[in-house]
Amino acid sequence: MTAVAPEPSLVVEHPLQRPRLPKLAPLIAAVIAAAAAVLLGLSLGWGVAPIVVTGGLIYLVGLSTWSRLVENARAATDRLVTSLVWTALVIALIPLISLLYTVISKGSSSINAKFLTWSMRNVLDGPGGIYHAIMGTLIITLGAAIISVPIGLLAAVYLVEYGQHSRLASWIRFLVDVMTGIPSIVAGLFAYALFSIIVGPGTQMGFGGSVALSILMIPIVVRSSEEMLKLVPTDLREASYALGVPKWKTILKVVIPTAMAGIITGVTLAIARVIGETAPLLIICGATDSVNLNPFSGQMASLPVFIYSSYQSPGANPEVLRQMAWGAALVLIIIVMALNILARVLGKVLSPKTGH
Amino acid sequence: MKAGSPKRRLGDLVFSNLTRAAGLTILVALAGVGIFLLAQGAPGLTAGKEDLRGHANFLSYVAPLVFGTLLAAVLALLIAVPLALGVALSISHFAPRRLATVIGYLVDLLAAVPSVVYGLWGIGVLGPKIVPLYEWLDKHVGWLPFFAGPYSNTGRTILTASIVLALMVIPIVTAITREIFMQTPRLNEEAALALGATRWEMIRLAVLPYGRSGIVSAAMLGLGRALGETMAVALVLSASNVVTWNLISSTNPSTIAANIALTFSDATGTARNALIASGLVLFVITFVVNFAARAIVARYEPGRKK
Amino acid sequence: MAKSIDVSDLNIYYSDFLAVENVNMTIKARSVTALIGPSGCGKSTFLRTLNRMHEVIPGARVEGKVAVDGQSLYDSAVDPVEVRRMVGMVFQRPNPFPTMSIAENVLAGLRLNNKKLTKSEAADVVERSLQGANLWNEVKDRLGKPGMGLSGGQQQRLCIARAIAVEPQVLLMDEPCSALDPISTSAVEDLIHELKEQYTIVIVTHNMQQAARVSEDTAFFNLAGAGKPGRLIEMNPTKKIFSVPDEEATEAYISGRFG
Repeated sequence: MTAVAPEPSLVVEHPLQRPRLPKLAPLIAAVIAAAAAVLLGLSLGWGVAPIVVTGGLIYLVGLSTWSRLVENARAATDRLVTSLVWTALVIALIPLISLLYTVISKGSSSINAKFLTWSMRNVLDGPGGIYHAIMGTLIITLGAAIISVPIGLLAAVYLVEYGQHSRLASWIRFLVDVMTGIPSIVAGLFAYALFSIIVGPGTQMGFGGSVALSILMIPIVVRSSEEMLKLVPTDLREASYALGVPKWKTILKVVIPTAMAGIITGVTLAIARVIGETAPLLIICGATDSVNLNPFSGQMASLPVFIYSSYQSPGANPEVLRQMAWGAALVLIIIVMALNILARVLGKVLSPKTGH
Repeated sequence: MKAGSPKRRLGDLVFSNLTRAAGLTILVALAGVGIFLLAQGAPGLTAGKEDLRGHANFLSYVAPLVFGTLLAAVLALLIAVPLALGVALSISHFAPRRLATVIGYLVDLLAAVPSVVYGLWGIGVLGPKIVPLYEWLDKHVGWLPFFAGPYSNTGRTILTASIVLALMVIPIVTAITREIFMQTPRLNEEAALALGATRWEMIRLAVLPYGRSGIVSAAMLGLGRALGETMAVALVLSASNVVTWNLISSTNPSTIAANIALTFSDATGTARNALIASGLVLFVITFVVNFAARAIVARYEPGRKK
Repeated sequence: MAKSIDVSDLNIYYSDFLAVENVNMTIKARSVTALIGPSGCGKSTFLRTLNRMHEVIPGARVEGKVAVDGQSLYDSAVDPVEVRRMVGMVFQRPNPFPTMSIAENVLAGLRLNNKKLTKSEAADVVERSLQGANLWNEVKDRLGKPGMGLSGGQQQRLCIARAIAVEPQVLLMDEPCSALDPISTSAVEDLIHELKEQYTIVIVTHNMQQAARVSEDTAFFNLAGAGKPGRLIEMNPTKKIFSVPDEEATEAYISGRFG
């Protein structure tokens, strides 16, 4: 690796200047590599993908060889790693762009008023609507939030204000972290098993989906709320104690309101995270073509499950249902993105009041 | 606690116990997951042939699934970790600040896409597009058992599923490693640069050693996610519950999670119990992986804060 | 092998903000030059331009000329990596690499260039550098132990050993004693005395007694006013600066009337 580099510790006269590649070297190398790959590809009749891959390889090898010849081995390694880092970034982002492009281009054509306001009940041929799935998703997720937010927030209060470094608190903190890794389908199976024992074998209902999603949502709420509560300055608590306010009132009236912006942001992100979950709902909520607004009785449709089953078992009209699946995917992504943006906006809007 | 009016004591007592109860609820829920799965899965452990899709006993039923789960997850990790490290480094050390913020948003976006949409993209876009690659692999490196072929015409292979899984793992690994890389003490980075290190040498001297345990645990958390991911695999994979190292053929091992999603609605009685039991196996595997990952993080955290 | 440094018409910017204005000075070879002045006057920023470490700060750039023994540091053909090999640096707070042993810390810079160091060569360099840094006797029995296990003063001398192991011509020190106790400070000051036999040393210090104790020449930097750029007010032999400075402002600062 060091063959080209001079032995600097023996060089008494130490020249600072040495041959360096021009500033535009990466660009020049990229142009040459692209040209070479395209020429080679066209003459051999390749497709786009092999040409891009070959071009990338020519670029990586060419630039570092050039640098090694002109500069030295260390500079060549540095350039190689830099190119690899950027290559990794491009490789990671290409699928994202392809995915968003596909969902938007395939999905937007199915979205219209009927698509959003009809259910699939008695739809025999031609596209129906996803109203039942949207309502199901909203009801199930709302239920999950109603379960998760109080438990998660109170548990975070316990960790920050009461438990602190006690053994129980550190166990809860550790297991909450472990819990973030529970596979979503296991949460679904848990809810299924729970309701099979409590209500009766094979029970499927919307509320069960809420329970399953809570298992996934609670740890996210706990962690984000804990971080936010920890940011509340101790001075504020002490100022309140000094006024003779009891601890529980201090927490309710001073600490939680101060951290409110961050907590709301965290809860919104947690909702965005679970609203797209499919596997647990597939198990515990089942699927139906009709509108069911009662979470405590009967199967309930949801957007993710609708997308899945429309693609996986499209029945008699595969083309129509697959098209609808892309439309539903676009609606789901819009909901998730809207929640993410809402979280950022809420965080920004609410924080100045409580920032200092 | 000893002084103060009775009213105040009561309020504090109620509230502190309420919060503790919430904390304990979480522990109970976690234990409940294990207990209820065991209760409902137990009949499945002794299920017979007719409920295990032809397998003689539960062990021979679940073993190929465990194999498929591990294979898909490990493949996904092999693809995801180098890419995620590259993305994390581009944010922390290579990109100018503005561009780094944009890349950060894009990675968050990658994390926000629901898994079922990834699955849809995997079967609808990636699968058909990747067939030529499989054809090429079959033709030129077919002597390797991984690419023995015959290649799948639909692209619905375990390798495709792993690529989709990798995409879902990248944001997790990136988010954690980026944080760690950005926390590298500036003093150490400057020390390396002042010795005449190039940017890469600075990263090798100061950044990577500092983040080593973080990289390991980030990879393990990513592994946990890949092991349990359901929908992407269920949609993409054309599964047949076999054991094979062939990554590009249309006969693929299934994963535990995908197998549950694919067969649960058609299963009845003891067959469902067997599926729940296989879910318990998945729970134990992911629990162990996550437990280990978190334990590594917890062990190194106090040292890092110094 | 030590070199002199010529600085002419140097302006330092943070993006569009002019931080240090129009510096001209000559730093003598094999001597210690101290940079003093109030906080925020740009002396540390100036020090960093002598080995191009200011480039680490986003948006920082310079105009003008810095030449080490006649070679300009800012020519387009100059590699900043080479500059930093020739001009070593010791920082305000000791910063040994936390994952490396004492010996590995000393060798860190050398390993970058010359990976095939034999065991005996490596041992030689470690001993020579640690002896040069007056640390050898204290650590020779635990060279394999982590560098972070040493006391603050020992860590700082380890960093000096690490800097001189690559045999630079110039050694820059950015308030090297500000995080150290008096005993460690005196050990480092003794070391600076010895090092100037071989190296050109430029030291930034807040402690005027220290400047008086260790340096041959002293340069006084000051701000032209709040929000205005920093300037070199006066550079003279240390003895003169601390007895009969040319400028009013220098005397005011040294006698503690401001700053």
